[in-house]
Amino acid sequence: MIKKIALTAVAALAISGGAAIAAGGEGHIHDVQFSFEGPFGKFDQMQLQRGLQVYTEVCSACHGLKYVPLRTLADPGGPELPADQVRAYSAQFDIYDAEKDVDRPRIPTDHFPENNDAGAPDLSLMAKARAGFHGPYGTGLSQLFNGMGGPEYIVSLLTGYTGEEKEEAGTIFYENTAFPGGWISMAPPLYGEDVEFADGHSNSLHHEAEDLSAFLMWAAEPKMMDRKRTGLIAVVFLTLLTVLLYATNKRIWKPIKKAAKEA
Amino acid sequence: MAGIPHDHYEPKTGAEKWVNSRLGIIGLVYDTLMIPTPKNLNWMWIWGIILAFCLGLQIVTGIILVMHYTPHVDLAFASIEHIMRNVNGGHFLRYLHMNGASLFFLAVYMHIFRGLYYGSYKAPREITWIIGMLIYLMMMGTAFMGYVLPWGQMSFWGATVITGLFGAIPFIGEPIQTWLLGGPAVDNATLNRFFSLHYLLPFVIAGLVIVHIWAFHTTGNGNPTGVEVRRGSKEEAKKDTVPFWPYFVIKDFFALALILVVFFAVTAWMPNYLGHPDNYIEANPLVTPAHIVPEWYFLPFYAILRAFTADVWVVMFTNWITFGLVDAKFFGVIAMFGAIIVLALVPWLDTSRVRSGRFRPMFRWWYAIFIVNFVVLTWVGAMPAEGIYPYISLAGAAYWFAYFLVILPLLGVLEKPEELPETIEADFNAHYGKSSDDAAATPAE
Repeated sequence: MIKKIALTAVAALAISGGAAIAAGGEGHIHDVQFSFEGPFGKFDQMQLQRGLQVYTEVCSACHGLKYVPLRTLADPGGPELPADQVRAYSAQFDIYDAEKDVDRPRIPTDHFPENNDAGAPDLSLMAKARAGFHGPYGTGLSQLFNGMGGPEYIVSLLTGYTGEEKEEAGTIFYENTAFPGGWISMAPPLYGEDVEFADGHSNSLHHEAEDLSAFLMWAAEPKMMDRKRTGLIAVVFLTLLTVLLYATNKRIWKPIKKAAKEA
Repeated sequence: MAGIPHDHYEPKTGAEKWVNSRLGIIGLVYDTLMIPTPKNLNWMWIWGIILAFCLGLQIVTGIILVMHYTPHVDLAFASIEHIMRNVNGGHFLRYLHMNGASLFFLAVYMHIFRGLYYGSYKAPREITWIIGMLIYLMMMGTAFMGYVLPWGQMSFWGATVITGLFGAIPFIGEPIQTWLLGGPAVDNATLNRFFSLHYLLPFVIAGLVIVHIWAFHTTGNGNPTGVEVRRGSKEEAKKDTVPFWPYFVIKDFFALALILVVFFAVTAWMPNYLGHPDNYIEANPLVTPAHIVPEWYFLPFYAILRAFTADVWVVMFTNWITFGLVDAKFFGVIAMFGAIIVLALVPWLDTSRVRSGRFRPMFRWWYAIFIVNFVVLTWVGAMPAEGIYPYISLAGAAYWFAYFLVILPLLGVLEKPEELPETIEADFNAHYGKSSDDAAATPAE
């Protein structure tokens, strides 16, 4: 019976995964192996820092990260920049101080700047607001173990430009294999070798896109490491409790079942 | 409380006597916990405890979330992000609350299907069933309104679609919709009233749960054989039952702990698997998501709602005979609510005098199809309404109604039930008798 219940639970999960599939995009998303996938996955601190660099030097020209407090760049389980670097990084963006009616440099307790200049969407939650890679073979099992695939979507989008362009009502659209509908109004932001990484890591197009996606996943889910660790502790202790309750249950029912046997 | 004779509470110490002569609360708790419970209950009788736990979990996590949430269209989405990023443990609390809703519905469906198989709804337990159905309806309302609160795209458009159902009612539909929303469209007024009701209804549910428990403590629990506990004397009743504490409390807690292992694994390692990525985009009345899909636990009824399109002959006939008053949209709404109404009326639709499906050879097959059909409806509810999917929905919806309105009434007349065990004791002894050593590891079924 327990087996049946477990099977039903898995079936229910698999079916409801179907809901997510139906609500997803139609473009082609390819799988990417990220360090933070699975119950034991962790963010790669150096990768997050490289991603931050790509974001700062390229993406932030048009996009914002309005929900992300700058101080969290120093938090454990994130890019973990030293405090002085966070202060220096914050100070390069100005913010309007309503009390004093002046623009002042940002401090770590402020958020990343919002950016609506080009009408580009905010990226704070982009890695959770998209799904990708429903594989293998459309089963959605990858999502069950590796996450919903937002970072995969972002990598596929950034590397999915075909080079074709078309103009419609004064707007130029660029053909993209990952974007639903196939045409996106964002010009290709990355070509490869757009930034120079201090750690000498490869700056090919695919590597830049992966580093940026990892950073955006952190920006969307800064407590992921916390959450997975909490989960591990909970699962270990609950398993222990389950074993103890199983033994207790066996023990208290023993005389009742023995009586039944002798009846 | 129970109609089954058993030992009642006797205050022993001076303090107990002092309290008991002023307020009978110790006796109430004692009699509730020590209620004689059929000893042959199987593992499908655990879901009640799971449900009680879920209600508690949702209320506790919910109350803490409210401390940090702001019900305003301009601030709601950002306040959720505040919970996820700045509140201590806020991210885990929110994910527990989100996934807690899914566990709640998984458990309620198991609980309802248990009742449908073992005939738990049959006399004298009709009121228990009806109260349960009211709880289920309120759960659906609460979950729906809760899903609106984060003010994401799916929140907004889900609210627009579902309240639009009321707009399908002829003449009075649109005023009702406006009244529900507090304006012509989903907006701040809607968010505020949904927030208010989402906070209120769980406590109404808690009250109904007490009545639900009261009702089945009056009749006594059902059990997998459907044979009643002997009530001639205390001694006789004792042969069929054991007290709820500790025998079933510990058993249920074991099941709960096992389920919580899975629940925490889902919450911690794939918290968004059961949700929609679109809900991480702030609500935007100007952009409609590509597919508006409700949460998984609404999908079977969503499938029934969408099954009856304008080209189905029943819909065309109804449309013609009502002079166009009942169009396809309204027909779908009637079908959806009707699906729940026939479920609630099952105590009077099932004509068989045998309670348990275990002794009903024909019923068992129809019931198996019913379960498969429910799974198919859940799946097809998530699919786009094109190609073959609407036909599958229609077949599924048709079976749902046929099961309750034709199959169950007829089976009671046509079917020849198998022989029932004399007593619960006999069933229990037969199960744990000499023949079945290995079955003892997983009691009863």
